[in-house]
Amino acid sequence: METIPLSYYLLLSGILFVCGVLGFLIKRNIITIFMSIELMLNGVNLSFVAFAAHWHMMGNLNALSGQVFVFFVMVVAAAEATVGLAIIIAVFRTRETLNVDQVNLLKL
Amino acid sequence: MLHLILFLFFGTLCVAGAINLLAQSHPINSALSLIVVMASLAAEYLLLGAEFVAAVQVIVYAGAIMVLFIFVIMLLNAGKEERTKGSRIAILLGIPGTLLGAVLIAWTLLYHASGEAVPIGALPGGPQAIARLLFHEFLLPFEVTSILILIAIMGAVVLASRPEAIAKRHPDATPKAVPQLVAAGKER
Repeated sequence: METIPLSYYLLLSGILFVCGVLGFLIKRNIITIFMSIELMLNGVNLSFVAFAAHWHMMGNLNALSGQVFVFFVMVVAAAEATVGLAIIIAVFRTRETLNVDQVNLLKL
Repeated sequence: MLHLILFLFFGTLCVAGAINLLAQSHPINSALSLIVVMASLAAEYLLLGAEFVAAVQVIVYAGAIMVLFIFVIMLLNAGKEERTKGSRIAILLGIPGTLLGAVLIAWTLLYHASGEAVPIGALPGGPQAIARLLFHEFLLPFEVTSILILIAIMGAVVLASRPEAIAKRHPDATPKAVPQLVAAGKER
């Protein structure tokens, strides 16, 4: 059976996660910050699927639950995007800016 | 061998999209490169044999969620982001620290992994296998996520309700006074 080292997948997922963290820290647009969070979630999803494949090859019968967890992550991401974008719209309506440096009060 | 080439191709595409997301200053360009990342991740899932996850990745992530993002970007007419200067000490300490950590993690993963490997295309990740697991072992979490989605919908409706609707309930208030009404707790 043809195989790829598991570490390649983990490295790719780590790179994606680090790109997400970097975007979260250096970006100033609130929508781009949200997209960086999605990027982090995607990196984690890749490692879930890679580990599921690895443990399935090792003979673990429950290995497929790694893929089911990806669905739950997707559901959480969808809920987070909905509520987050609604918050962004509400903030934009009162502040008229998307720059996070200018949104420095918790009060709407 | 072909699988390795495909993995490297889509992995490179993925990383290039992620870096482009950071490099672009206009949010719509960032959103489009995020779609590239998600589509090539779907190809990676296919290489791992996770067919159904790959399909859902394209439909839900690259489709539904990203449409929501682009819709909001266009609704708010978001322009180029203004750059602000970061602090100097953060740059001096942060970049070498990040590089050190990245090199350490990559070195550990590549040279000290004890031969763990991933088979290609051997995982039964079809809809039937996933559904059996999702509706037997994970039935309770599945139902709980439906409640989560319901709460998210209600939250979005409450948060994004239009100020005109508020203004209609307070005919004497000017549109500028709506935020004050919200702040005073008279309206949501």
